[in-house]
Amino acid sequence: MEAQCMNEFYEFLTGPALWAAFIIFIVGIVVRVAYLYGLSRERDLVFYNHVDLKWAFRSIIHWLIPFGSVSLRTQPLFAIAFFLFHVCLLGVPIFLLAHNTLWQEAYGISLPSLPDSLADVLTVLFVISALVLLVRRIVRPEVRILSTAWDYFLLVLTSAPFVTGFLAYHQIGPYKLTLILHILLAEILLIVIPFSKLGHIILFFFSRAFIGFEMGTRRGARTW
Amino acid sequence: MNDALQKPINTKVIKELLDMNNSARIRMWLSICSRCGLCAESCFFYLAKNKDPKLSPAYKFKASLGELYRRKGEVDREFLEKCYGIIWGQCTMCKRCSLFCPFGIDIATMISTMRGICNSQGVVPEGLVKTSENYRVTGNQMGMSTEDFVDTCSWMAEETAEEIRGLEIPMDKQGARIMYTVNAREPMYYPQDIAMAAKIFNVAEEDWTVSSTGWDSTNLAMFAGDKALAGQIVKNMYVKAQELGVQAIAITECGHAYRSARFEGPYMLGMRSGKPPVPVVHSVRLFYEYLRDGRIKIDPDKMLTEPVTYQDPCNVSRNGGLWNEGREIIKYVARDFRDMTPNAVYNHCCGGGGGFIPMGAEFKKRRMESGKIKAEQIKATGAKIVITPCHNCFDQIGDLNKEYNLGIKVIQFKEIITEAMIIPDKFKPVETGDKDAED
Repeated sequence: MEAQCMNEFYEFLTGPALWAAFIIFIVGIVVRVAYLYGLSRERDLVFYNHVDLKWAFRSIIHWLIPFGSVSLRTQPLFAIAFFLFHVCLLGVPIFLLAHNTLWQEAYGISLPSLPDSLADVLTVLFVISALVLLVRRIVRPEVRILSTAWDYFLLVLTSAPFVTGFLAYHQIGPYKLTLILHILLAEILLIVIPFSKLGHIILFFFSRAFIGFEMGTRRGARTW
Repeated sequence: MNDALQKPINTKVIKELLDMNNSARIRMWLSICSRCGLCAESCFFYLAKNKDPKLSPAYKFKASLGELYRRKGEVDREFLEKCYGIIWGQCTMCKRCSLFCPFGIDIATMISTMRGICNSQGVVPEGLVKTSENYRVTGNQMGMSTEDFVDTCSWMAEETAEEIRGLEIPMDKQGARIMYTVNAREPMYYPQDIAMAAKIFNVAEEDWTVSSTGWDSTNLAMFAGDKALAGQIVKNMYVKAQELGVQAIAITECGHAYRSARFEGPYMLGMRSGKPPVPVVHSVRLFYEYLRDGRIKIDPDKMLTEPVTYQDPCNVSRNGGLWNEGREIIKYVARDFRDMTPNAVYNHCCGGGGGFIPMGAEFKKRRMESGKIKAEQIKATGAKIVITPCHNCFDQIGDLNKEYNLGIKVIQFKEIITEAMIIPDKFKPVETGDKDAED
């Protein structure tokens, strides 16, 4: 009985729920960006006069490469954790063999895959870097004072699919349950992204571009 | 603190302002700040006060504008009182934090927005209320009359003509190349500033003029959060420059005047081009060009030999783009230059910016406390002379000198250039005593 319930739930999560999560994720982001763009054409119009792709690009790229900014160089441990966290967060789910197999089965398409052993190492690195971020949030007074319960929740939510995925892959604990949790948490994460500070996965590029040309085009000043 | 704090708060007006300012930028910034705290280390207020986490830039905008949006403007007097301390007493809008934020969030703009909202409720430092009143009545921050300004200029022209033959301070000269604008403190307290500028322009054979209106390029209304008045102040200057048909507006050695005239002015007036109607050039750039082009020559024997450092005014360097020009001038006038760390784009505010100096005695203690970082930076260079092309930096570092016993002298570029420049023969005064000596 219980097993049947679980199977049904698994079917739901990998079927309609997955679709829903992806649609909400993509539509949510598109709508958020479109809304802000519209608002900016109405209220920030004056700033469009010095848009400059070169400065926008420089402003973005220096914050994507490790130690590319003066700011991150002042906190090396954070900079490393920060970089690993983001690279693994993006790279592992997309290039994981197990995920690609699912894509292949469902749609007949897949991306190149990481060897499982490498994915394992990256997952562990991700969890360690998430822990560094968590500990930093707690021990550094200037970060702690800014942190709300929501910030902690989002950090845990972002890490949870990695932890559960790792456990499921290595069949540690009840396999079916961890797998279900893995999918469920990942879907919740996808849904939360467009509506929270995690929207920075796309808005990062806009805000960096803005400050890049605000300081760069007009003053020749770098912002990294 | 202002008396207006006793009056009830008009939340309707606050809500209107919140809505007006609810731009894509502010919405995005408030929603994506990930509370990473990287901005903290960039702020001299934070560093000077033993890393008090409440002084991190992110905390300051969260506790003021962020909280105001969260509560949808439903706040009381007590809240604005708390914000008063934050937005005026803990931020000079130097924009350094924007360079240290992974998202490049422009926190200064948010603090500035909050200043506007507090201004609407009369929650403004007394010193800035006074200057706003002066601008409104007379067009300049000191409340000086046009006659007084014109008289001061002709008085300075007379005095200086004894040193530079044929020296003039042209007033409202139609079609001059540049219209030179000053900080109203100059004619009021330091008229020799105008005399020094006149010497440089005359020796460089610049085609220049001062103007009888729009002559004060400072804009403290910009820091008081009075956007309408701030726009009017810049407009006065633009209009006058257009009337005179000059090619550029030149700004005296003042930081925020340049930020206002060159960068913020067009935005305050909603100019779609984002550019002032007449190009704006800072003295630092002009002086650099004179030296580079040989229009001003420096007597090597009169160069500064004592160790010199340069205080980058935030609004000339980081927010003005002129950090190289400042250092180039120094190469001409000083033998022993020792840069501060950090410097140029990354330099720390002196602690006197954002209207801090005119905010007066009420803020002096904080100004001295937060200036600790600058005092330490200066001390570390071992310099005996600090050059800074900004009136606020000048005053603040002068105060820091006393507070921290730095044993330094603060000067502006005008001072050292006029002292060290070679006066070509044609400008040398006719020596009246010569005849007696020959006889």
